[in-house]
Amino acid sequence: MQTPLGDRLYRTVTTVCAAAIPLVLVLLTAVVLHAAWPALSLHARDLAVGTTWDVPHARFGALPATVGTLLSSLIALVIATPLAIGVAIFTVDVGPPRLREPVSFLVNLLAAVPSVVYGLWGVFVLVPLLRSTVMPALLPLGSAISLFRGPAYGPSLIAASLVLAIMILPYIASVSRDVLLAVPSAQREAALALGATRWEVVRDAVLPAARSGLVGGVMLGLGRALGETLAVTMVIGNRHAIPDSLFDPAYTMASLLANEFAEASSDAHLSALMAVAAMLLLITLLVNLLARWLVRRVATGLPGGRWSGGRW
Amino acid sequence: MNARSHRRKRTGRVMTALTWTAAIVAVIPLVIILAHLLVNGLEQLTPTFFTQLPSPPGVRGGGVANAIVGSIMLVAIAMTVAVPVGIGAGLYLAEHRRGRFAQAVRLLADVLSGLPSIVLGIFAWELIVRPSGHFSAWAGGIALGLLVLPLVARATEEMVRLVPVALTEAALALGFSRWRTSLTVVLRTAMPGIVTAMLIAMSRAAGETAPLLFTAFGNPFWSVDPARPIAALPLQIYAYAQSPYDEWRAQAWAGALVLLILVTMISIAARAVVGARTKLLSAVTPRVGRTDE
Repeated sequence: MQTPLGDRLYRTVTTVCAAAIPLVLVLLTAVVLHAAWPALSLHARDLAVGTTWDVPHARFGALPATVGTLLSSLIALVIATPLAIGVAIFTVDVGPPRLREPVSFLVNLLAAVPSVVYGLWGVFVLVPLLRSTVMPALLPLGSAISLFRGPAYGPSLIAASLVLAIMILPYIASVSRDVLLAVPSAQREAALALGATRWEVVRDAVLPAARSGLVGGVMLGLGRALGETLAVTMVIGNRHAIPDSLFDPAYTMASLLANEFAEASSDAHLSALMAVAAMLLLITLLVNLLARWLVRRVATGLPGGRWSGGRW
Repeated sequence: MNARSHRRKRTGRVMTALTWTAAIVAVIPLVIILAHLLVNGLEQLTPTFFTQLPSPPGVRGGGVANAIVGSIMLVAIAMTVAVPVGIGAGLYLAEHRRGRFAQAVRLLADVLSGLPSIVLGIFAWELIVRPSGHFSAWAGGIALGLLVLPLVARATEEMVRLVPVALTEAALALGFSRWRTSLTVVLRTAMPGIVTAMLIAMSRAAGETAPLLFTAFGNPFWSVDPARPIAALPLQIYAYAQSPYDEWRAQAWAGALVLLILVTMISIAARAVVGARTKLLSAVTPRVGRTDE
């Protein structure tokens, strides 16, 4: 019997809708790469390792922006990861059951705050606080630890990293929570039956099984941080130089785009910005693919996990 | 033996205290940011803030009426793009669990939703603004739509999967064709959940700024023409926050407060609908057994 017309139509329409998603991704990559091509072929070296961004003289050294992007995101990760995983452990295994739901709700609320609101808060609260209190307190250490060397303007790498840390914390925490919840409770009970304390259950039975998923969650946070635009642009100081200290102003690829794209006048400038966008796109694509692969490994119990042989 | 168990207990207590600390430290920024928004934004929130156009620097008063209307238009365009395609894709994904293509789409949808939103703005610029020669609400709305498309698709998939298979089978046994089963039985049962997903997508789209920078662009005047540049609340906040004028900065705080209230209200509405969904599903589930195949 032939499939009825309605069913064929339904299947075609839903398939087309599903195909739209990969299509957008492919088209997006193609369009950005195509627009970036002139700059990539002319200024490839400069874009990769050059440090001078001088539009009138057609110098497009994007290394400060690349380094600033990576540094601000990595520092944010270092700050946010222990907190986020701590929160996840709290809301799944350790905290009092009455508090688990409210805490994860509040932390998720952090994810709902629009990025421009973080930027606003960063500009008018965090940066002045850093400039007036935190930086002067740490500057004396600058002679010994170059990370704290001045001058302290306020807008700086550390301001951007702190704002980013607050912004990515809820993402890492909620993925980690899902991953911890996916660890079978039989595993916890087995450890308890062997006489483990509550912390030992987490350390020996839960965390090892969840490890790759937790790494995936952290990488998702990294992806967010790399691409975050507004909040970072508002607090990082937007200076084309590789920062020597945490207090130096810096630049990121996304802020560079936010600041210059709308005003790009020449084709060369536009194409160079497209090349920066293309680099940002490729980096975040890789990070996200890797992250999803790691998270899925836990969710489906596929090869790799130490407990993958068991009944999941 | 005794000393050892003491040590183990002490380690346990220390680690528990550390997770408590993490939970408290994680919630502190939220409290601080909310407090600052209320303190700085509340006094600016007069009725005229919602009804007037932005005033020039130095002039007190003025409002963000055009930005609120602009944001509503942009979100409406975004949802028009994302919802039909997203629901179609979600239905496909839910019905083809293990298919190679479905798995690839699922992965790529997750990847797409993790990409920097500014890149979507550039995409829309290259695709719409550049050929047409001017910024427009269409471009901004479409950029936002592409941004939330994967979210709508994946959430629809999750919700459709929750619909008991027995319900589908019952419909098919009654002689419904597949497409009618999907649209009138499966989709309707999942609808409250899908509405929730759409609300979350709306709140995400309403708060995004980066994709609008070179698409909607912002507009200090009144405009409801989707082919022209249009104001948006987040763009207005961004512009005000970077201005050197105290009046404008104060307005930025008020705008941020309004934006946050808007986003929170949508989230609360979403939670209310989730409650409705749970009730609806639990009304169906006991009789037909498991919710999964």
